[in-house]
Amino acid sequence: MDKIIELKNITKSFDGEVVLDNISLDIYDNEFITLLGPSGCGKTTTLRLIGGFETPDSGDVLFMGERINDVPPHKRNVNTVFQRYALFPHLNVYENVAFPLRERKTPRDEIDQRVSEMLSMVALKGFEHRAVTSLSGGQQQRVAIARALVGKPRVLLLDEPLAALDLKLRKDMQQELKNIQKATGITFVFVTHDQEEALSMSDTIVVMSEGRIQQIGSSQDVYNEPKNAFVADFIGESNIVDGVMLRDRCVSFSGHTFQCVDGGFEPNEPVDVVVRPEDVDIVAEDKGMLRGVVTSVTFMGVHYEVIVDIGGFKWMIQTTDFVDVDEHIGLYIEPDAIHIMKKSEYSGLYGDYASFSNEFDELAEAESEGEQ
Amino acid sequence: MTKKKTRSLVTGLASGPYELWAVVFILVPLGFVAYYAFTDNDFRFTTANIARFFNDMSASVSADGATSQVRTYLVISWRSIKLAAISTVVCLLLGYPLAYIISRASPRAQKTMMTLIMIPMWMNFLIRTYAWMTILQDTGILNNLLAKLGLGRVHIIGTETAVIIGMVYDYLPYMILPLYSIMAKMDYRLIEAARDLGCAPAGVLRRVILPLSMPGIVNGVTMVLIPSISTFYISQKLGDGMFFLLGDAIEGQYVANNLHFAAAIAFILMVALLAAMALMRRLTDKYTYGGAAA
Repeated sequence: MDKIIELKNITKSFDGEVVLDNISLDIYDNEFITLLGPSGCGKTTTLRLIGGFETPDSGDVLFMGERINDVPPHKRNVNTVFQRYALFPHLNVYENVAFPLRERKTPRDEIDQRVSEMLSMVALKGFEHRAVTSLSGGQQQRVAIARALVGKPRVLLLDEPLAALDLKLRKDMQQELKNIQKATGITFVFVTHDQEEALSMSDTIVVMSEGRIQQIGSSQDVYNEPKNAFVADFIGESNIVDGVMLRDRCVSFSGHTFQCVDGGFEPNEPVDVVVRPEDVDIVAEDKGMLRGVVTSVTFMGVHYEVIVDIGGFKWMIQTTDFVDVDEHIGLYIEPDAIHIMKKSEYSGLYGDYASFSNEFDELAEAESEGEQ
Repeated sequence: MTKKKTRSLVTGLASGPYELWAVVFILVPLGFVAYYAFTDNDFRFTTANIARFFNDMSASVSADGATSQVRTYLVISWRSIKLAAISTVVCLLLGYPLAYIISRASPRAQKTMMTLIMIPMWMNFLIRTYAWMTILQDTGILNNLLAKLGLGRVHIIGTETAVIIGMVYDYLPYMILPLYSIMAKMDYRLIEAARDLGCAPAGVLRRVILPLSMPGIVNGVTMVLIPSISTFYISQKLGDGMFFLLGDAIEGQYVANNLHFAAAIAFILMVALLAAMALMRRLTDKYTYGGAAA
């Protein structure tokens, strides 16, 4: 695969505040790549650098090997689907989609043909003469996608395009976007703070935090092999505990020594240990590797979410077996369910469910969506 | 039912004073203007005043010394419309970029700039006009400055240019305010979207900013064109009395106690302006937000 966009050592600050701190990233032709991170992590700024709306303070943006730092947006073969769509309110659906073609003085019959092609791709045939202000959020979204793709860009940038849609519509649009990407073969660079969305759509995920790239990898990579506590916590649910790597394939944490599958650490090196909630088996107390007391049980539909106190550290376990609050249980963990990470600046900040509540999570999410 | 009645009574009581105000100070005076326009000195119905507007003749001396008879008030009307139209266009050309620059500045800078634009409006219009006289006179500030710079003097006072300068200065804020208010509301992402979709800056202006600011242009043009057509005094002072305008004609007839003819001129002007406004609204209706421009 060919590199289509390269970001090289890019630093960018606004009013003295560093938003991007020396990031480097290669984007390959025909891939669906997602920039994932909490609000303020620099993902939107990265997108705007590619679109040409920002210039880096230092570092280079390369497009097919050519430096494009100072090339204005209208001369880049890159289009954007903006957050909240940015459709032109004075133009109808047809004219919105035809907008880039008219700018290029495309012949009238070719405009007709390509606009109708695009509108049928996004299932909006028959909406040509509707005012965009009369459309629902989902329909406006589709017009924005059609408008961004009609000019056949090499790269499509999508800035949280689904954030304003309700859950059901969002799921449908995820699938549809993925299909459109496959059908057109255009490189999609997608920005989101929603880790589920990122996992289900992306070929490559770039996890960002505080202006730095934390990890680049496939959905499976970032979920199964998170590089540090931030990634482990941000993607899915994680129990992250302090451990000591006694030797290769042998780690000690929570007062017990476990077999694991990782190696390559110094003997007795302090490490962060990640265990996903769904990888923990509940067994009788005397058969468990770890023992604890259940402090809360929440029914989630497919499974129960159980919080267990193990020596003062709260673990989350997802299980289909019912246990009761105050029950004493044992925990059994397979070697390949244990993932070992090097200590990082994020160690100790995440992975304890002592203060966990769903409500709190939702509040935090609503806040980051309300931004901008 | 009872509740609804009480509500409408309250609404009536609250809006009553304003309705009374509108009737007493807007409708009744307009009625008087029409009444005077169509009556003679003994208050008998006549169309003579209206006819006089179209038929009065006077001698006009053209540049080569030839004398000809012209219809006085039609010449004055044409001159008023021409000067007002030029002033409006100048206001639009000056005001549009300025309003755009202000609307894109930081909130603090926006406030400061808008205040600076409003300040001249707090001063009396006569004083402003006199100020321009002292600036534009043959021995005024401008000419002294030009002479000091060795650029030679220019004769401006008593020309149409001077009258236009005076009008533009007086009415520019009325152009900037509606333009600014519509541009400040404009979504900046639309401009980014246009650039993203291949528009060079000129294309962004032509295809997005201009059509979206059309309601502001209509309002601004209306707010400048109408008062500048009926303006008086500016032309007397800055035009040295050479450019008698409709406003001056109304004032002159009024001062000469020719109330019925003054009312007739005002009435004709009003009807013409209302017709022009209606036409302008109709022509620009499709540019308002959300309209289906099919």
